[in-house]
Amino acid sequence: MPSPDLIKLIFGRLTLESLPLHEPIVVGTFAVVATGGLALFGALTYFRLWGYLWREWFTTVDHKRIGIMYMILGIVMLLRGFADAIMMRAQQAIAFGGSEGYLNAHHYDQIFTAHGVIMIFFVAMPLVTGLMNYVVPLQIGARDVSFPFLNNFSFWMTVGGAVLVMASLFIGEFARTGWLAYPPLSNIGYSPDVGVDYYIWGLQVAGVGTTLSGINLICTIVKLRAPGMTMMRMPVFTWTSLCTNVLIVASFPVLTVVLALLSLDRYVGTNFFTNDFGGSPMMYVNLIWIWGHPEVYILVLPAFGIFSEVTSTFSGKRLFGYTSMVYATVVITILSYLVWLHHFFTMGSGASVNSFFGITTMIISIPTGAKMFNWLFTMYRGRIRFELPMMWTIAFMLTFVVGGMTGVLLAVPPADFVLHNSLFLVAHFHNVIIGGVLFGLFAGMGYWFPKAFGFRLEPFWGKVSFWCWVSGFFFAFMPLYVLGLMGVTRRLRVFDDASLQIWFIIAGFGAFLILLGIGAFLVQIAVSVLRREQLRDVTGDPWNARTLEWATSSPPPDYNFAFTPVVHDNDAWWDMKRRGYQRPLTGFKPIHMPQNTGTGIILAGLSTAMAFGLIWYMWLLAAVSFIALLVVAIGHTFNYHRDFDIPADQVVRTEDARTNLLAGAK
Amino acid sequence: MTISVKPQQIGEPLFYLADEHPHPEGWSTSLGFWIYLMSDCLIFAILFATYGVLGANYAAGPAPKDLFDLKLVAINTSMLLMSSITYGFAMLTMQQNRIAQTQMWLTITGLFGLAFIGIELTEFAHMIHEGATPQRSAFLSSFFTLVGTHGLHVSFGLVWLVTLMVQVWRFGLIEANQRRLMCLSMFWHFLDVVWIGVFTFVYLMGMLR
Repeated sequence: MPSPDLIKLIFGRLTLESLPLHEPIVVGTFAVVATGGLALFGALTYFRLWGYLWREWFTTVDHKRIGIMYMILGIVMLLRGFADAIMMRAQQAIAFGGSEGYLNAHHYDQIFTAHGVIMIFFVAMPLVTGLMNYVVPLQIGARDVSFPFLNNFSFWMTVGGAVLVMASLFIGEFARTGWLAYPPLSNIGYSPDVGVDYYIWGLQVAGVGTTLSGINLICTIVKLRAPGMTMMRMPVFTWTSLCTNVLIVASFPVLTVVLALLSLDRYVGTNFFTNDFGGSPMMYVNLIWIWGHPEVYILVLPAFGIFSEVTSTFSGKRLFGYTSMVYATVVITILSYLVWLHHFFTMGSGASVNSFFGITTMIISIPTGAKMFNWLFTMYRGRIRFELPMMWTIAFMLTFVVGGMTGVLLAVPPADFVLHNSLFLVAHFHNVIIGGVLFGLFAGMGYWFPKAFGFRLEPFWGKVSFWCWVSGFFFAFMPLYVLGLMGVTRRLRVFDDASLQIWFIIAGFGAFLILLGIGAFLVQIAVSVLRREQLRDVTGDPWNARTLEWATSSPPPDYNFAFTPVVHDNDAWWDMKRRGYQRPLTGFKPIHMPQNTGTGIILAGLSTAMAFGLIWYMWLLAAVSFIALLVVAIGHTFNYHRDFDIPADQVVRTEDARTNLLAGAK
Repeated sequence: MTISVKPQQIGEPLFYLADEHPHPEGWSTSLGFWIYLMSDCLIFAILFATYGVLGANYAAGPAPKDLFDLKLVAINTSMLLMSSITYGFAMLTMQQNRIAQTQMWLTITGLFGLAFIGIELTEFAHMIHEGATPQRSAFLSSFFTLVGTHGLHVSFGLVWLVTLMVQVWRFGLIEANQRRLMCLSMFWHFLDVVWIGVFTFVYLMGMLR
């Protein structure tokens, strides 16, 4: 029997009791996940796919493949985040009249925390980052991002954060604090368990990836645009991506610091956010919202960009008010730093401060409104094609305006004192995040899917998914507005007043509709893959679109463009088509490209192991992984040969194959 | 789908570069490194803000006047400022492609950096010995975190410096290494600027409180 000290050094505070074996729901989930995971592992092994995955995907530095992996991560995590959502809805629909529902408080509190954290950090962020990664270099006529290796590393850090959050479901527990983990509740005195530590380290690991990917995409947009593409000729999605990445770089360090300070409070016993020795919990709330409010715009700006591309493509018109669209985006970027206090008007900072932040908040609705009118005027007298991306866009316009208006209501401090922390707030932010970000992501996925895979998404199941989502959203969240106005606060587990139950049942029905919507979305993907030959597009431009990503084949070759395009107009590809552009058939040259590397996934794996060690106080594991991290990182800098040339004859073969396909399509 | 509209103008417009050259290696590196530095600058900004808000909360414990030894801090500051000057000399010799001198100046820079860290650790040890621990008050929590984060950056810079010296020794002052030395130079001067802020805001103004 080894000594207790040794066991403590190796396992920290992890014991067999840490496994949630007394929670039948968690055990059941674990059984399902483990079976599914083993089946997947077995299938990959049986079909000998591990080598392929490692060589072609895990170690890739190709922005397109990394983008697709981000999307897969986001969709997988959507299933987990939504499972949490529907469990909450079911609990609240039945916990009336003395019933405790089916979730105990310990479990329920973890669920609402995990739902928020997962949906923002591991669903919305990967999906947004994935689309930007995939689309931006193609839109600006580049061959890859500025720092391809860093891109791979960023992705795996995001995965590392997601792995930690998922691990908390089966090893230990997750935070029970709400998604922003306000102290003093999140401090060691009130949350002594590993939950908050999982939260902190999950976000820190993912946050490194997000910050680096922000730096990477800013550089890409600033330095790698095709000749002729001035800033005011960039596609609007590229503009919104630029602003989003500026926001990422200017806000994620704040999150990093505030979480680091919270960890110091928890691990070392400092007094930043404690109740005594001069600490100030409200300092945490201020700091985290200085990150948190820009984060909202980090998510929604790319969605605005997607809607702009979709509207102008499917209306067959140049975007109305391009310049005002760009300035509106920039104004939103700046204003998003001047509103954070509206998340806690009730702090008691006084009438003048509250008025300032109330007014700045209302001002944001002006550039947003300008965008809305730009989209409407783009559609005006356009030849609108109601393909799925366009349907999502119209649903967004109708839904988002409601969410925006309730936001302006909340921006009025006296009204906020009544509605603060109520279900009205919950309804508001779901209204803008689902109606804005999520609808935008669905529009974007439908729009760019044929670019990434060479065949369209099947429209029937897409429409089923669309109608389930949109109607489900209204069923799920309109009742919450009513309940919030009646004074029901958020995060409650049981209710006394039986008259409220009907509203929760309606909301639960809405969640069920959304479940059908997600199911239909998965069916849509499966059906599209099965029927890919009927849905095939060989032209590379299935929507008769306007921007450069449609100038190359679908899926694009590794090098994106055989020759770097030259841009003369805002809608570069439309301009090329209009002026009779002929695709070059000869004169191909070798193309300089970055080389795959496994360092990114190794570094991210070591970071995740170190974070796991810190969560469980396994100091040995943490120290060893930290040293290994340093060694691998420094070792990587001794590799000076990170590029290679795609030989000219390979380019010729790829391009000839496309020529034949295009000839066959005519 | 193809668009069958005839070309409108006589001169064929140029739609692609037939003869292009890849961007030189490291084309985006200095911009990227600047942006990284600005994100790091934000980390310090938040730590300064935290110190600004919590820095007077002594919780009946020691205040700056009881703790800071300005003479020691002045010596420490001069160590860091000197190291910036010597790094500048290293960059000058690098541009003349004189490897031995570059390595010499880098070594001197590293020694100054090491002295800075050593003095800072002595100061910390002294404070902790007197009971002024990071746990004692919000003032001390924010002091140790702000100054300590700067110290961690310098320590990281030292590891980086040694790595680069090994790489210069093995591969010479090739273009990639020059670029790397340039990045470290920016990082090193950046830490200097932050330290000026720490010296003024924390130490000098602390003594006035």
